[in-house]
Amino acid sequence: MIPRPRPERFRLRRTMMFMNAQKPGLIKDAYIYGCDSIMLDLEDAVAENQKDAARFSLYHALKTIDYGDTEVIVRINGLDTPHWQEDIRVCVAGGADGIRIAKCESAQDVLTVEQAVETAEEEFAVEKGRTLLMAALESPKGILNAYEICSASERMFGVAISGGDFRKCMQTTPQRGGVDMLAARGQMLLAARAAGIQCFDTVFTDLDDEEGFQAEVLQNKAMGFDGKSLINPRQIRFVHQVFAPTEKEIIQAEKILLAYREQSAAGVGVFTVDGKMIDIAFIPGAKRTIQLAKACGMYEEGAL
Amino acid sequence: MKNAVGRDIPESLLTGGREVYQGKNYMDGRYIQKAAPYTRRCETPRESKLTESIAKALKDCGAKSGMTFSFHHHLRDGDYVVNMVMKSAIEELGLTDLTIAATSLGAAHDPVAGYIEQGRVIGIQTSGIRGRIGEVVSAGRLKTPAVIRSHGGRPRAIEGGEVHIDIAFIAAPTSDCMGNCRGIGGKSNCGSLGYAMTDAKYADHVVVITDCLVDFPNMPASVEAIDVDSVVVVGSIGDSRKIASAAARISQNPRDLMMAENVAKVIASTPYFKDGFSFQTGVGGPSLAANLFLEKYMDERNIKMGWAIGGICGPMVELLKKGKVGKVIDVQDFDLDGVNSINQTPGHFEMSASQYANPANKGAFVNKLDYVVLAALEIDTGFNVNVLTGSDGVLRGAPGGHPDTAAGSKCCIIVTPLIRGRMATVCEHVVTVTTPGDCVDVLVTDYGIAVNPTRPDLAACLDAAKIPHVTIEELKEKAYSLVGRPDDLEWEDQVVAVLEARDGTILDVVRKIKPYT
Repeated sequence: MIPRPRPERFRLRRTMMFMNAQKPGLIKDAYIYGCDSIMLDLEDAVAENQKDAARFSLYHALKTIDYGDTEVIVRINGLDTPHWQEDIRVCVAGGADGIRIAKCESAQDVLTVEQAVETAEEEFAVEKGRTLLMAALESPKGILNAYEICSASERMFGVAISGGDFRKCMQTTPQRGGVDMLAARGQMLLAARAAGIQCFDTVFTDLDDEEGFQAEVLQNKAMGFDGKSLINPRQIRFVHQVFAPTEKEIIQAEKILLAYREQSAAGVGVFTVDGKMIDIAFIPGAKRTIQLAKACGMYEEGAL
Repeated sequence: MKNAVGRDIPESLLTGGREVYQGKNYMDGRYIQKAAPYTRRCETPRESKLTESIAKALKDCGAKSGMTFSFHHHLRDGDYVVNMVMKSAIEELGLTDLTIAATSLGAAHDPVAGYIEQGRVIGIQTSGIRGRIGEVVSAGRLKTPAVIRSHGGRPRAIEGGEVHIDIAFIAAPTSDCMGNCRGIGGKSNCGSLGYAMTDAKYADHVVVITDCLVDFPNMPASVEAIDVDSVVVVGSIGDSRKIASAAARISQNPRDLMMAENVAKVIASTPYFKDGFSFQTGVGGPSLAANLFLEKYMDERNIKMGWAIGGICGPMVELLKKGKVGKVIDVQDFDLDGVNSINQTPGHFEMSASQYANPANKGAFVNKLDYVVLAALEIDTGFNVNVLTGSDGVLRGAPGGHPDTAAGSKCCIIVTPLIRGRMATVCEHVVTVTTPGDCVDVLVTDYGIAVNPTRPDLAACLDAAKIPHVTIEELKEKAYSLVGRPDDLEWEDQVVAVLEARDGTILDVVRKIKPYT
């Protein structure tokens, strides 16, 4: 049995790599590629008559493999299927860090899952509230209800758009420049930020189109996403590169945090760094920059 | 008697001054007497050496029972020549008690296993042993222990007279009527004929077998007519589809790519990575992919590779054509890009196995090598590598140039996944030591990098470049924690193969495996 650390609701999630939970060869060591989170899939990647086999391999992977610092999230089957309750029981019993609710359309969907998670936590004597939730928005209705979904539960850490289903609903296909999902991405980001949770972009499926992938990642970063879902370890490096802070940003963040430490000890709330006014509102951003810099190997433990 | 890698070598093998492995460069500086080749005067002008059949050529060369025949493996898994010759010698001439001294033997030579079982072939000397031959030898069916030598150890043994070749057979993609051979220009092209060169110089007799007779003189010749007795033209010397693949493709497997990238990172962190550095890599997934990542670092630092050696394939030829490597010196070609480039692309040269890797000459290429990237079936916590025996103890691999390049290079990097299927690659003790740990410097796996404690200088380079590394024991423990620790293999007493270190000392033996019950 591998004890997993208690999941953190807010942590670095630049990259979430999807893996079919039914493939032991893939899931046994998916963490070696250095993604922040792995997404073990019980939903679309698993054939209808293999759902139980996938749950079985998922449970044993969670119980026997040391994923270390890599977050382990499970995508469960949609609430319109006969599988989701059993999926949740397996996730909770195995000790998954989080559950991704597929095809989420309303706050009620989140609450329904939360209720089942709570029941399972009780059943398997798992600490109440341990299992985190995120929602995947895959329909126009989900996007329009984004804010109520994002703020539905204390367990919610993030929201993601799922491009495949969403584009089908919208009768469009992937476009260079992302105009096909521009409104949805924007709306979801607004909702996530308003609710104070993280926001992740959809997968880029054409592995041969390196240029298109890179353009999309750059746009994700520019729009303010926290990270991206991936389908292949080869995609990790570029995302991490793009989401890495610049040296200038790191220096600025370090100055702010050091000054804050000093000033707040002296009882000062507003102060200046390099001539710019700084108050408590800047602190979370600066902390996030340093956390990112550490994760990217750009900042060594020391000053902060 | 225990040797320097802790292997128990039976005293019965230590005859005639034979020693056990004593460590790297043990023989350095010693003088040796080379064997003088035995040859025949051909004073009367001849129009041609064409001979109507292999059987006739064998008779002309005085073939008899008890002889040693040599072969080279440039035709790889497509080779027909070994089987044709052995069939003719055994089934037409009725010879027996033959020894095969080959540069490598594989699945293409499965019929030879039958001759071993019949007792017609009683000795095998090779740098690689796979397929049915490996199985029957492991089952103890060969009358004398097989002798496994590296690609450098083999020419050393031939030149030093330890292996006496009665007849060398040259599988020649093209030859003229006098026996000038080349590896290109025909229908079964293989490029370099480097492994055949020493054989042709030292064998008592040389028979060229070709499926493409060209006009005299076939120049520049890899094997020269001055050493050749007979030329036999056959329908086909090999299956061209299996001789050289269309193009060795760089792996898209993310695990291979990750390891390859780390190999390149390690290389770029060491002091030998400067303009004019030298390099050899294998054609395995992560080894070959290292080329790709290395090129990025070369561009970044604005440096070029001085020269590359080894088995050559497309990606290295590409670097040559782009002007990113000065010279490529080639003992064997692995794909058509390599085959079509040798002696054609300026800077792409052919060399003999002796020139490549022989530790008993005055300047083998491997001894001036900065980096080599090699694979492994297994590596143990002493950094000893096995590339010969499978996890079941059966002969199914090839030391090839592995021990030579590892010993000669300034930085030998082994790249291998931590586990394969359910077997730990990093383990407590390898089944067979084919490359001793004192020649191996860095291990790159998908779960982390380990530096041989004998190389604190390299560990410091990695630290300076912020490349994380762990002890090899940690990697071993990780492997065992994932797949468990296998039971030890059980062996009979009978030695089925003797593994020579490149200097001729005994590195290890392979015994007959006890059937698993």
